[in-house]
Amino acid sequence: MDRSLRNFVLVGLVVSTLIAVGVSQFASDDPDGLEYIAEQEGFVETAHDHDLADAPLADYGDGLTGNSTLDTVIAGAIGVGVTALVGWGLFRLVRRGGAPKVS
Amino acid sequence: MHIPDGVINVTTSAGFGAVAVGGFGVAVRRTRDVLTDRQVPLAALAAAFVFAAQMVNFPVIAGMSGHLLGGVLAAVLVGPAAGLLVITVVLVVQALVFADGGLSALGLNIVNMGLIGAVGGYVLYRVFRAVLPSRPGSVAIAAGIAAFLSVPMAAMGFVGQFALGGTADVSLRAVMTAMLGTHLLIGIGEGVITGFVIAAVVGSRPDLIVGVPARITAEV
Repeated sequence: MDRSLRNFVLVGLVVSTLIAVGVSQFASDDPDGLEYIAEQEGFVETAHDHDLADAPLADYGDGLTGNSTLDTVIAGAIGVGVTALVGWGLFRLVRRGGAPKVS
Repeated sequence: MHIPDGVINVTTSAGFGAVAVGGFGVAVRRTRDVLTDRQVPLAALAAAFVFAAQMVNFPVIAGMSGHLLGGVLAAVLVGPAAGLLVITVVLVVQALVFADGGLSALGLNIVNMGLIGAVGGYVLYRVFRAVLPSRPGSVAIAAGIAAFLSVPMAAMGFVGQFALGGTADVSLRAVMTAMLGTHLLIGIGEGVITGFVIAAVVGSRPDLIVGVPARITAEV
Protein backbone atom coordinates (compact mmCIF):
# COMPACT_ATOMS: atom_id res chain seq x y z
CA MET A 1 0.00 0.00 0.00
CA ASP A 2 1.48 3.34 -0.98
CA ARG A 3 1.82 6.04 1.61
CA SER A 4 -1.00 8.35 0.47
CA LEU A 5 -3.45 5.46 0.33
CA ARG A 6 -2.34 4.26 3.76
CA ASN A 7 -2.85 7.75 5.17
CA PHE A 8 -6.33 7.95 3.64
CA VAL A 9 -7.33 4.60 5.13
CA LEU A 10 -5.87 5.48 8.55
CA VAL A 11 -7.69 8.83 8.63
CA GLY A 12 -10.87 7.05 7.55
CA LEU A 13 -10.54 4.49 10.35
CA VAL A 14 -9.95 7.22 12.93
CA VAL A 15 -13.00 9.15 11.70
CA SER A 16 -15.09 5.95 11.76
CA THR A 17 -13.96 5.18 15.31
CA LEU A 18 -14.76 8.73 16.47
CA ILE A 19 -18.24 8.43 14.95
CA ALA A 20 -18.84 5.02 16.57
CA VAL A 21 -17.58 5.91 20.06
CA GLY A 22 -18.27 9.67 20.16
CA VAL A 23 -20.96 10.93 17.79
CA SER A 24 -23.04 7.84 18.60
CA GLN A 25 -23.34 9.09 22.20
CA PHE A 26 -25.76 11.68 20.81
CA ALA A 27 -27.76 9.18 18.76
CA SER A 28 -31.53 9.19 19.13
CA ASP A 29 -32.91 6.45 21.38
CA ASP A 30 -36.21 6.41 19.51
CA PRO A 31 -37.06 3.30 17.45
CA ASP A 32 -36.02 3.40 13.79
CA GLY A 33 -38.55 3.53 10.97
CA LEU A 34 -39.27 -0.20 10.78
CA GLU A 35 -39.57 -0.67 14.54
CA TYR A 36 -41.73 2.45 14.85
CA ILE A 37 -44.13 1.17 12.20
CA ALA A 38 -44.15 -2.29 13.76
CA GLU A 39 -45.40 -0.61 16.94
CA GLN A 40 -47.87 1.68 15.16
CA GLU A 41 -49.32 -1.02 12.89
CA GLY A 42 -49.37 -3.67 15.60
CA PHE A 43 -46.93 -6.32 14.43
CA VAL A 44 -44.12 -5.57 16.88
CA GLU A 45 -45.22 -8.46 19.11
CA THR A 46 -44.51 -10.97 16.32
CA ALA A 47 -40.77 -10.17 16.72
CA HIS A 48 -38.89 -12.78 18.74
CA ASP A 49 -36.04 -12.05 21.10
CA HIS A 50 -32.72 -12.30 19.32
CA ASP A 51 -31.03 -15.72 19.58
CA LEU A 52 -27.91 -13.95 20.83
CA ALA A 53 -29.70 -11.49 23.11
CA ASP A 54 -27.51 -12.62 26.02
CA ALA A 55 -24.24 -11.99 24.16
CA PRO A 56 -22.01 -9.47 25.96
CA LEU A 57 -22.30 -6.84 23.22
CA ALA A 58 -25.99 -7.46 22.43
CA ASP A 59 -27.86 -4.20 21.78
CA TYR A 60 -24.51 -2.44 21.33
CA GLY A 61 -23.20 -3.26 24.79
CA ASP A 62 -26.26 -1.95 26.63
CA GLY A 63 -25.92 -2.91 30.29
CA LEU A 64 -22.37 -4.25 29.88
CA THR A 65 -20.67 -2.06 32.48
CA GLY A 66 -23.55 -0.16 34.05
CA ASN A 67 -22.22 3.03 32.45
CA SER A 68 -24.04 3.59 29.15
CA THR A 69 -21.39 6.00 27.82
CA LEU A 70 -18.69 3.40 28.38
CA ASP A 71 -20.90 0.64 26.94
CA THR A 72 -21.24 2.61 23.70
CA VAL A 73 -17.50 3.36 23.57
CA ILE A 74 -16.67 -0.35 23.93
CA ALA A 75 -19.32 -1.46 21.42
CA GLY A 76 -18.34 1.22 18.91
CA ALA A 77 -14.61 0.53 19.09
CA ILE A 78 -15.04 -3.24 18.85
CA GLY A 79 -17.60 -2.90 16.05
CA VAL A 80 -15.37 -0.69 13.90
CA GLY A 81 -12.41 -3.00 14.51
CA VAL A 82 -14.33 -6.19 13.76
CA THR A 83 -16.03 -4.87 10.59
CA ALA A 84 -12.70 -3.51 9.30
CA LEU A 85 -10.92 -6.82 9.99
CA VAL A 86 -13.69 -9.04 8.62
CA GLY A 87 -13.98 -6.78 5.56
CA TRP A 88 -10.23 -6.74 4.99
CA GLY A 89 -10.05 -10.53 5.36
CA LEU A 90 -12.98 -11.13 3.01
CA PHE A 91 -11.76 -8.76 0.31
CA ARG A 92 -8.21 -10.11 0.51
CA LEU A 93 -9.57 -13.63 0.18
CA VAL A 94 -11.76 -12.61 -2.78
CA ARG A 95 -8.87 -10.79 -4.46
CA ARG A 96 -6.52 -13.73 -4.06
CA GLY A 97 -8.72 -15.74 -6.44
CA GLY A 98 -8.35 -13.20 -9.26
CA ALA A 99 -5.57 -12.08 -11.51
CA PRO A 100 -3.11 -9.67 -9.90
CA LYS A 101 -3.86 -6.03 -10.67
CA VAL A 102 -1.44 -3.29 -9.80
CA SER A 103 -3.50 -0.14 -10.28
CA MET B 1 -34.44 -1.24 9.06
CA HIS B 2 -33.04 -4.45 10.58
CA ILE B 3 -35.79 -7.06 10.57
CA PRO B 4 -35.87 -9.20 13.74
CA ASP B 5 -36.72 -12.90 13.78
CA GLY B 6 -40.40 -13.82 13.77
CA VAL B 7 -41.87 -10.95 11.75
CA ILE B 8 -41.47 -12.83 8.45
CA ASN B 9 -42.17 -16.58 8.42
CA VAL B 10 -39.39 -19.15 8.20
CA THR B 11 -40.16 -20.28 4.62
CA THR B 12 -40.02 -16.76 3.21
CA SER B 13 -36.92 -15.96 5.28
CA ALA B 14 -35.20 -19.08 3.93
CA GLY B 15 -36.14 -18.15 0.38
CA PHE B 16 -34.59 -14.72 0.75
CA GLY B 17 -31.63 -16.36 2.47
CA ALA B 18 -31.09 -18.34 -0.73
CA VAL B 19 -31.38 -15.16 -2.82
CA ALA B 20 -28.82 -13.47 -0.55
CA VAL B 21 -26.41 -16.40 -0.85
CA GLY B 22 -26.79 -16.36 -4.63
CA GLY B 23 -26.24 -12.61 -4.78
CA PHE B 24 -23.21 -12.95 -2.52
CA GLY B 25 -21.72 -15.60 -4.83
CA VAL B 26 -22.19 -13.46 -7.92
CA ALA B 27 -20.75 -10.44 -6.10
CA VAL B 28 -17.68 -12.42 -4.99
CA ARG B 29 -16.95 -13.51 -8.57
CA ARG B 30 -17.52 -10.02 -9.93
CA THR B 31 -15.40 -8.43 -7.19
CA ARG B 32 -12.58 -10.92 -7.83
CA ASP B 33 -12.51 -9.75 -11.45
CA VAL B 34 -12.71 -6.00 -10.97
CA LEU B 35 -11.37 -5.12 -7.51
CA THR B 36 -7.78 -3.91 -7.49
CA ASP B 37 -5.35 -4.66 -4.66
CA ARG B 38 -5.46 -0.98 -3.71
CA GLN B 39 -9.21 -1.21 -3.19
CA VAL B 40 -8.98 -3.99 -0.59
CA PRO B 41 -8.27 -1.63 2.34
CA LEU B 42 -10.79 0.90 0.96
CA ALA B 43 -13.55 -1.71 0.94
CA ALA B 44 -12.67 -2.71 4.51
CA LEU B 45 -12.76 0.96 5.49
CA ALA B 46 -16.16 1.35 3.82
CA ALA B 47 -17.50 -1.50 5.99
CA ALA B 48 -16.10 0.09 9.18
CA PHE B 49 -17.52 3.50 8.23
CA VAL B 50 -21.00 2.14 7.42
CA PHE B 51 -21.02 0.23 10.73
CA ALA B 52 -20.06 3.41 12.62
CA ALA B 53 -22.60 5.57 10.81
CA GLN B 54 -25.37 3.04 11.50
CA MET B 55 -24.79 3.53 15.25
CA VAL B 56 -25.87 7.16 14.91
CA ASN B 57 -29.66 7.21 14.79
CA PHE B 58 -30.89 10.67 13.86
CA PRO B 59 -34.31 12.00 14.90
CA VAL B 60 -36.85 12.06 12.06
CA ILE B 61 -40.27 12.70 13.58
CA ALA B 62 -41.42 12.69 17.21
CA GLY B 63 -40.77 9.19 18.56
CA MET B 64 -38.99 7.86 15.45
CA SER B 65 -35.37 7.86 14.30
CA GLY B 66 -33.52 6.75 11.22
CA HIS B 67 -29.98 5.74 10.41
CA LEU B 68 -27.76 5.50 7.37
CA LEU B 69 -28.09 2.31 5.33
CA GLY B 70 -24.91 3.08 3.42
CA GLY B 71 -25.59 0.95 0.35
CA VAL B 72 -25.20 3.69 -2.24
CA LEU B 73 -22.25 5.16 -0.33
CA ALA B 74 -20.40 1.83 -0.40
CA ALA B 75 -21.33 1.07 -4.02
CA VAL B 76 -20.16 4.45 -5.33
CA LEU B 77 -16.88 4.09 -3.41
CA VAL B 78 -15.95 0.50 -4.32
CA GLY B 79 -18.45 -0.57 -6.99
CA PRO B 80 -21.83 -2.30 -6.71
CA ALA B 81 -20.56 -5.88 -6.31
CA ALA B 82 -18.02 -5.00 -3.61
CA GLY B 83 -20.66 -2.64 -2.16
CA LEU B 84 -23.00 -5.60 -1.67
CA LEU B 85 -20.19 -7.46 0.11
CA VAL B 86 -19.52 -4.42 2.32
CA ILE B 87 -23.17 -4.24 3.43
CA THR B 88 -23.21 -8.02 3.97
CA VAL B 89 -20.15 -7.80 6.25
CA VAL B 90 -21.82 -5.03 8.28
CA LEU B 91 -25.11 -6.95 8.61
CA VAL B 92 -23.39 -10.21 9.58
CA VAL B 93 -21.25 -8.50 12.26
CA GLN B 94 -24.31 -6.65 13.59
CA ALA B 95 -26.36 -9.85 13.78
CA LEU B 96 -23.63 -12.05 15.28
CA VAL B 97 -21.86 -9.64 17.63
CA PHE B 98 -24.49 -7.04 18.49
CA ALA B 99 -27.72 -9.09 18.23
CA ASP B 100 -29.06 -6.48 15.77
CA GLY B 101 -31.15 -8.02 13.00
CA GLY B 102 -32.43 -11.58 13.41
CA LEU B 103 -30.26 -14.54 12.43
CA SER B 104 -33.08 -16.11 10.39
CA ALA B 105 -33.79 -12.64 8.93
CA LEU B 106 -30.23 -12.13 7.68
CA GLY B 107 -31.18 -12.97 4.09
CA LEU B 108 -34.15 -10.60 4.21
CA ASN B 109 -31.92 -7.80 5.50
CA ILE B 110 -29.14 -8.48 2.97
CA VAL B 111 -31.67 -8.36 0.13
CA ASN B 112 -33.22 -5.07 1.35
CA MET B 113 -30.10 -3.13 2.32
CA GLY B 114 -27.56 -4.85 0.05
CA LEU B 115 -29.19 -6.04 -3.16
CA ILE B 116 -31.85 -3.31 -3.26
CA GLY B 117 -30.00 -0.60 -1.30
CA ALA B 118 -26.47 -0.98 -2.67
CA VAL B 119 -26.87 -2.62 -6.11
CA GLY B 120 -30.30 -1.12 -6.93
CA GLY B 121 -29.19 2.24 -5.56
CA TYR B 122 -26.05 2.11 -7.68
CA VAL B 123 -28.13 1.60 -10.83
CA LEU B 124 -30.04 4.79 -9.95
CA TYR B 125 -26.74 6.57 -9.29
CA ARG B 126 -25.53 5.70 -12.80
CA VAL B 127 -28.80 6.96 -14.30
CA PHE B 128 -28.58 10.28 -12.45
CA ARG B 129 -24.90 10.70 -13.30
CA ALA B 130 -25.69 10.10 -16.96
CA VAL B 131 -28.30 12.86 -17.06
CA LEU B 132 -26.33 15.36 -14.94
CA PRO B 133 -23.50 17.45 -16.43
CA SER B 134 -20.21 15.56 -16.56
CA ARG B 135 -18.29 17.39 -13.86
CA PRO B 136 -17.00 16.55 -10.35
CA GLY B 137 -19.91 18.17 -8.50
CA SER B 138 -22.38 15.85 -10.23
CA VAL B 139 -20.92 12.76 -8.54
CA ALA B 140 -22.03 13.73 -5.02
CA ILE B 141 -25.39 15.04 -6.25
CA ALA B 142 -26.16 11.85 -8.19
CA ALA B 143 -25.03 9.74 -5.20
CA GLY B 144 -27.16 11.82 -2.81
CA ILE B 145 -30.34 11.55 -4.89
CA ALA B 146 -29.82 7.82 -5.45
CA ALA B 147 -29.16 7.33 -1.72
CA PHE B 148 -32.35 9.25 -0.88
CA LEU B 149 -34.43 6.97 -3.13
CA SER B 150 -32.65 3.79 -2.00
CA VAL B 151 -34.24 4.05 1.46
CA PRO B 152 -37.92 3.91 0.36
CA MET B 153 -36.82 1.22 -2.15
CA ALA B 154 -35.36 -0.90 0.66
CA ALA B 155 -38.51 -0.22 2.71
CA MET B 156 -40.59 -1.55 -0.17
CA GLY B 157 -38.40 -4.64 -0.11
CA PHE B 158 -39.59 -5.23 3.43
CA VAL B 159 -43.21 -4.61 2.37
CA GLY B 160 -42.84 -7.25 -0.36
CA GLN B 161 -41.40 -9.72 2.15
CA PHE B 162 -44.20 -8.87 4.58
CA ALA B 163 -46.77 -9.48 1.84
CA LEU B 164 -45.23 -12.89 1.12
CA GLY B 165 -44.59 -14.07 4.63
CA GLY B 166 -45.64 -11.59 7.29
CA THR B 167 -46.76 -13.45 10.41
CA ALA B 168 -49.06 -10.72 11.73
CA ASP B 169 -52.62 -10.32 10.52
CA VAL B 170 -52.54 -6.59 9.81
CA SER B 171 -53.45 -4.47 6.80
CA LEU B 172 -50.72 -4.73 4.16
CA ARG B 173 -51.91 -1.49 2.65
CA ALA B 174 -51.47 0.35 5.97
CA VAL B 175 -47.98 -1.14 6.44
CA MET B 176 -47.00 -0.15 2.91
CA THR B 177 -48.27 3.41 3.24
CA ALA B 178 -46.55 3.88 6.60
CA MET B 179 -43.26 2.32 5.47
CA LEU B 180 -43.15 4.41 2.31
CA GLY B 181 -44.01 7.70 4.02
CA THR B 182 -41.59 7.38 6.92
CA HIS B 183 -38.73 6.06 4.78
CA LEU B 184 -39.07 8.91 2.31
CA LEU B 185 -38.29 11.14 5.31
CA ILE B 186 -35.44 8.92 6.55
CA GLY B 187 -34.10 8.90 2.99
CA ILE B 188 -33.46 12.65 3.21
CA GLY B 189 -30.86 11.93 5.91
CA GLU B 190 -29.40 9.13 3.79
CA GLY B 191 -29.11 11.46 0.80
CA VAL B 192 -27.53 14.31 2.76
CA ILE B 193 -24.96 12.09 4.54
CA THR B 194 -24.07 10.18 1.36
CA GLY B 195 -23.77 13.40 -0.65
CA PHE B 196 -21.45 15.02 1.90
CA VAL B 197 -19.23 11.96 2.36
CA ILE B 198 -18.90 11.39 -1.40
CA ALA B 199 -18.21 15.12 -1.92
CA ALA B 200 -15.45 14.95 0.70
CA VAL B 201 -13.80 11.95 -0.97
CA VAL B 202 -14.22 13.44 -4.47
CA GLY B 203 -12.61 16.62 -3.15
CA SER B 204 -9.63 14.84 -1.60
CA ARG B 205 -9.03 11.53 -3.44
CA PRO B 206 -11.27 11.20 -6.52
CA ASP B 207 -8.87 8.59 -7.91
CA LEU B 208 -9.95 6.18 -5.16
CA ILE B 209 -13.62 6.14 -6.14
CA VAL B 210 -14.93 3.46 -8.49
CA GLY B 211 -18.06 5.41 -9.37
CA VAL B 212 -16.15 8.39 -10.79
CA PRO B 213 -15.28 8.14 -14.49
CA ALA B 214 -11.70 8.96 -15.46
CA ARG B 215 -12.71 12.03 -17.43
CA ILE B 216 -14.16 13.56 -14.27
CA THR B 217 -11.18 12.52 -12.15
CA ALA B 218 -8.89 14.32 -14.60
CA GLU B 219 -10.77 17.58 -14.07
CA VAL B 220 -10.34 17.67 -10.29
